[in-house]
Amino acid sequence: MTADSNGLHVDVWRGSGTEGSFERFLVPMQESQTILDVVAWIQQYADPTLSYRYACRVGMCGSCAMMVNGVPRWTCRTHIKKVIKDNVLTIAPLRNLPVIKDLAADMDPFFDRWVAAGGVHHPTRDRNDAVEQISPATPERIEADAGIECINCSVCYAACDTVANNVDFLGPAALQRAWTLYLDPKDADPGAILDAVSGRGGCHNCHSQGSCTLHCPNGLNPMKAIAGLKRETVSSFFRGGR
Amino acid sequence: MLDLRLYMAQRLSAMVMIPLTLGHIAVMIYAIQDGLSAAEILGRTRGSVLWFVFYGLFVLAVSLHAAIGLRVIVHETLGLKGRALDIFMWLAGLLLLVTGLRAVLAVTL
Amino acid sequence: MIRPHRSHPLWTAYLLHRLSGLGLALFLPVHFYVLSFALNQPERLDAFLRFSDDPLVKIAEFGLVFLLAVHVFGGLRLLALEFLPWSPRQKTLAASAVAGAFLVAGAFFLQAV
Repeated sequence: MTADSNGLHVDVWRGSGTEGSFERFLVPMQESQTILDVVAWIQQYADPTLSYRYACRVGMCGSCAMMVNGVPRWTCRTHIKKVIKDNVLTIAPLRNLPVIKDLAADMDPFFDRWVAAGGVHHPTRDRNDAVEQISPATPERIEADAGIECINCSVCYAACDTVANNVDFLGPAALQRAWTLYLDPKDADPGAILDAVSGRGGCHNCHSQGSCTLHCPNGLNPMKAIAGLKRETVSSFFRGGR
Repeated sequence: MLDLRLYMAQRLSAMVMIPLTLGHIAVMIYAIQDGLSAAEILGRTRGSVLWFVFYGLFVLAVSLHAAIGLRVIVHETLGLKGRALDIFMWLAGLLLLVTGLRAVLAVTL
Repeated sequence: MIRPHRSHPLWTAYLLHRLSGLGLALFLPVHFYVLSFALNQPERLDAFLRFSDDPLVKIAEFGLVFLLAVHVFGGLRLLALEFLPWSPRQKTLAASAVAGAFLVAGAFFLQAV
């Protein structure tokens, strides 16, 4: 097919559950157009039944991630110029997650793993106590500060082949979350976090392929966070901990 | 599929094997000069407690390391899990251990 | 064949580590079986060693030494990644592991021919 000089040929995944196929749309090109703009144009002008998810449009909410030409990306901040080849784009729902409909993936398995990885706060104080003062300058705090910039977009989860091949694996985002809590002196039970990441699907299943770190739109480093958890679980093992 | 204990066994056996493997490679490069013969190899290894310990330890570590590595590969590519995966890992490890120890005895006794 | 999200150096390093490990695990029982000829059939061991004078077998041996060396050096990188302070130079380290393995296997090959 020859591409129209003013138009993009966009293959969009249509379907629900495990059923579906790509449908091609012709979308007019515009200045400073993002992938999300392309999807929104299709839904508004070509087919109003197209389902997709977005909210903030500025890279803060983490809801608009999709597979773009086979790579997971935040679509609101991905310009088409960056990814287009021969005027053709392929847009599909995030990998490694069930599909609800069209481009909307079911995020439940992703967030279930945040809880399973110990990603809940274990408080040291209650509402009657004064707020604990935390120095922003300690190495632990600086490390945790990087990890908490995660916007929960699931790009790393979609990029990870260990997630794809090992159903129990907690995945990069949940493990990075666990790492930030482990580093937090306000957490009362770091041992519980090490326990949560040491099970059958824990941090020890990671093969350091680095796709999480490469594709993270915020430039975070879950691979490094997981290496940190591995190191801490091993030293806890040698200390005769749990 | 890999818990902390299997991971530790995998990494510790790897650490043990690093000097052993480098030594093995050095011996191979040294021994391959001017061709190999059974007499030459056995002349070096027979009756040597050092080589018995070196290769005995090597076989123990590699049986552990390869069995766990194969467990990961079989789980991730063939989807084997649970008890069947455990049995596969133990059988792979035992096969390597038995054939390996037999080879060590054959060249050092 | 390599899907787009995988086309980066550390994923290739992972693939190399996995394939070399698998190759070595499959080779080892054969290696052990042949060595155990020394126990009671030394003539079979010698026959096998003569077979290894074939240039094609020498190339195969180069391959085996490369697999071993690349698995060891790649494994060293992974141990450093997991247990030493973080280094942002993982791609360089992975490339160095491959280069080192080529050097070692090349040295073996030059001695063998």
